[in-house]
Amino acid sequence: MIPAAFDYVRAGSAEEAIALLGEHGDEAKLLAGGHSLLPMMKLRLAVPSVLVDIGRVSDLSYINDGGDHIAVGALTRHRALETSELLAAECPLLGHVAGEVGDPQVRHRGTIGGSLAHSDPASDLPAAVLALGGSLVAQGPNGSREISAGDFFTGYFESALADDEMLTEIRVPKAPGSGWNYQKFNRRAQDWAIVGAAAVTVNGGTNVALVNMGSVPLRASAVEAALAGGASAADAAEQAAEGTDAPTDLNATPDYRNHLARVLTRRALEAAGVS
Amino acid sequence: MEISVTVNGETRTGDVEPRTLLVYWLRDDLRLTGTNIGCDTSSCGACTVHVNGESVKSCTMLAVQADGEDILTIEGLAPSEDELHPMQEAFRQNHGLQCGYCTPGMVMAAVSLLEENPDPSERDVRLGLEGNLCRCTGYHNIVKSVLACAAGETAA
Repeated sequence: MIPAAFDYVRAGSAEEAIALLGEHGDEAKLLAGGHSLLPMMKLRLAVPSVLVDIGRVSDLSYINDGGDHIAVGALTRHRALETSELLAAECPLLGHVAGEVGDPQVRHRGTIGGSLAHSDPASDLPAAVLALGGSLVAQGPNGSREISAGDFFTGYFESALADDEMLTEIRVPKAPGSGWNYQKFNRRAQDWAIVGAAAVTVNGGTNVALVNMGSVPLRASAVEAALAGGASAADAAEQAAEGTDAPTDLNATPDYRNHLARVLTRRALEAAGVS
Repeated sequence: MEISVTVNGETRTGDVEPRTLLVYWLRDDLRLTGTNIGCDTSSCGACTVHVNGESVKSCTMLAVQADGEDILTIEGLAPSEDELHPMQEAFRQNHGLQCGYCTPGMVMAAVSLLEENPDPSERDVRLGLEGNLCRCTGYHNIVKSVLACAAGETAA
């Protein structure tokens, strides 16, 4: 399968990429690792007329200690997250979830920024960034703005990024010593989650995020409210499908996904030490 | 677009359409047909090559993205015409293939796996090869081959 023809331009910096996006408008797409975009282009589900390759903007590949948070450059590959000692010590959920994306070959090329900007409701990383209460930095022609993870995913494969904005950094609060877990249910090891559930204990509370339970990855707010109200993990997990709109596809009906959400949420909570 | 890529230690140049996938450039232009196309949807791993020493699915990378990079394909793995790479030898000795279609990708993924984890458990090998499908379902001997290579039983 061959993608439709496009013009290819390489950006040497975020500024250059943003200028190119401004020039070409919504006809252009950024190409990072390409592991979300190229498969869609091969299926002609995405037909951009211009590809702006940011894969060589090496100063956006980093995992830094930002004091109270960890700052991750948008072009950091999944493999670097998976093997980061800093993440393992300060924010283990994110590194672990990065290791659940696709397979080793995919993780060698795919980037955290590419995955999040793609806003696939079934992809893994949004679960971690949402559950951790992270934020995303978007750079545009007039500077940068920080978007909370909860506001970033706006629709099916749609994000809060404007056409001339580029995701440059992901920030997650440090959560050393917190309980955490990610449950991913799929048929083949390398597949997207049929349903995924992440749980993490932060500041005395518990956050839970779900993927592939609607058009966007989302927080299981009914579960979180039940836990905050004193419910047990098992009882709170019964609320996991509340407020979701599970899709139907070859793998699962909405009813089955609702069931998975409840079971996986309970498992994630229990593994995170929430009883 | 003009590209210049190190392929199996040699500088190879070409003029490619931006939409040309790396695997098609390797197979159709360079005639390196050892790298197979299986699913063409980033699932099966038959097209696995190394980019700068790491396993990558060459059906999910544009040839223009490989410009300036260092690519190793199955043809470049063996040290000489008369010698197999230890991983290839391990597959031969342990019957790590049936029809052979997935084998070049399996071998390239396995070599990359051992570079990252030289002493893997059986579980590590199975997880490490999650991106490669064998439709003969010959996984048992593939895993055995990789473990044998890791144990140095087939050192060249």
